[in-house]
Amino acid sequence: MSIRTDLDIIQQWIAPKSRVLDLACGDGTLLKNLKQHKQVESYGLEIDPDKITHAIANGVNVVETNLDQGLSQFPDNSFDVVVMTQALQVMRYPHLVLEEMLRIGKECIVTFPNFGNWRARTSLLLHGRMPVTKQLAYQWYDTPNIHFCTVNDFEALCDEQKIRLIHKEFVAERIPDKQIKGIWPNLFSDTAIYLLSK
Amino acid sequence: MSDTFPENSVGLVTPEVVHFDDPLELACGRTLHNYQLMVETYGELNSEKSNAILICHALSGNHHAAGYHSVDDKKPGWWENHIGPGKPFDTNQFFIVCPNNLGGCHGSTGPSSINPDTGKPWGVDFPPLRARDWVQSQAKLADRLGIQQWAAVAGGSLGGMQAMRWALEYPDRIRHAIVIASAMKLSAQNIAFNEIARNAIKSDPDFRDGHFLESNTLPRNGLALARMIGHVTYLSDELMGNKFGRELRSGSFQQGQDTPIEFQVESYLRHQGDAFSSNFDANTYLLMTKALDYFDLAREYGNDPVKAFGHALCDFLVVSFSTDWRFAPERSQETVKALIDANKNVSYAAIDSNLGHDAFLLPNERYEHILTAYMSRVASTADHSEQRAASMEGSL
Repeated sequence: MSIRTDLDIIQQWIAPKSRVLDLACGDGTLLKNLKQHKQVESYGLEIDPDKITHAIANGVNVVETNLDQGLSQFPDNSFDVVVMTQALQVMRYPHLVLEEMLRIGKECIVTFPNFGNWRARTSLLLHGRMPVTKQLAYQWYDTPNIHFCTVNDFEALCDEQKIRLIHKEFVAERIPDKQIKGIWPNLFSDTAIYLLSK
Repeated sequence: MSDTFPENSVGLVTPEVVHFDDPLELACGRTLHNYQLMVETYGELNSEKSNAILICHALSGNHHAAGYHSVDDKKPGWWENHIGPGKPFDTNQFFIVCPNNLGGCHGSTGPSSINPDTGKPWGVDFPPLRARDWVQSQAKLADRLGIQQWAAVAGGSLGGMQAMRWALEYPDRIRHAIVIASAMKLSAQNIAFNEIARNAIKSDPDFRDGHFLESNTLPRNGLALARMIGHVTYLSDELMGNKFGRELRSGSFQQGQDTPIEFQVESYLRHQGDAFSSNFDANTYLLMTKALDYFDLAREYGNDPVKAFGHALCDFLVVSFSTDWRFAPERSQETVKALIDANKNVSYAAIDSNLGHDAFLLPNERYEHILTAYMSRVASTADHSEQRAASMEGSL
């Protein structure tokens, strides 16, 4: 299984020929795949110069954008799907970004690292140190990830903002998490994936 | 003096004159019955003619985009940083064509050419031109070279406007438009700067109402002043601060001394103005600045840029530079927004640079990476059309 299993799941949720906006699209891996397999019309937004160069070379539409400055340039309901993978936690105002995503897209797909995972909890509990994991290998003082949340936190926010949860999937790579993540996603999943609408 | 040119330069190049005897109907309603374009080309046109790139120059540019005209040439062409073997516009892969625009003063028919009806230089009587006239003349040039479709049309500033106009006027003849430090139309501030420059030229007594060539004079002072104004707006405050600061070239502020004071920046500007005024035609400067002012991509599409770009079939790359205040990043972002709303393929890079508008001409690592990455896409579509052509030949 690849590290970005979330991308495989996302692909299944996107209808062929959709108009897709990918926030923080990185090197364009997801959009490249969606173009090949789903014939989507798509744009990726990215701020990192090297990733933008890679995305251009990957043949996807990438538009240099600082997501923290808002997305007012995009009209309401102008995309079938707005996607954001593994980037909610780097946003200055995640709840506002979510609101914007739901304004621009008819549906939204969000994935984020679940900070409620037992490994993160154990690290804090036993060592009293902020977790540094393979997936999130940053020290607390020098990390782009400024807004971590857990599966429960995210669902509470959706509830508060009256966001509809259409589908959810949880990804875990390791044993035993992989086998039991379905029982208690907030404790065992590494990554949470949601399909949302207004 | 050097006998050899840098390895990644196209080296010695010779411009060519291309004559056209079929009339060119201009946007202003007048017709040029015949005209010529001065053209440079670099690299080889492939057998499918699918690897041709048109480079459109900006206000004061010309056909000499790359290479050297002689071994004594101190300065290479204006886009030497980006055109050459192994450079973003790779002459090992692409056939690159750069004409001097109609109305120019470096060999193409323009105000300093002889008007066949009078036997005298056209001067101010040369027809006013718009970007669409250049695009039309470039299409005739493509016909002459046997190029049905450009792999890409690229340009900065006024050159970027031509690339966008190409996308709308000849949608099936362009696969990629590369629009750098440009805008869909000028702002009032931009037009104001151009008007000051034009006034500088016109108020020079040697301008003689535009007929200075007949009177054997040149409005050097006016043209130099126009260039000085323009030049300041192409640089950034930061760049001028770094380059000149308040350094003095001569004189002193010491009390009790009364020597004339000259700042370095004054001397620099005077040099820029003088150099320009000795190799540029004042009427061409007027014509080019007016073409810039008049350009409005969406004018005849109900002033709706989305509707305008709806006619385009090509993919777009848009690039802006952070300290460019003549063609600010916001202008490029407006272009990108219109392209996205029109559902066109577009990528956009906002390059950090302290070089102002001139950044589009100068070396910058990230700028080169972006162009190189995009040109790899252009090359792959050139290859695809080769494959298509090959498979068609195979099926015949």
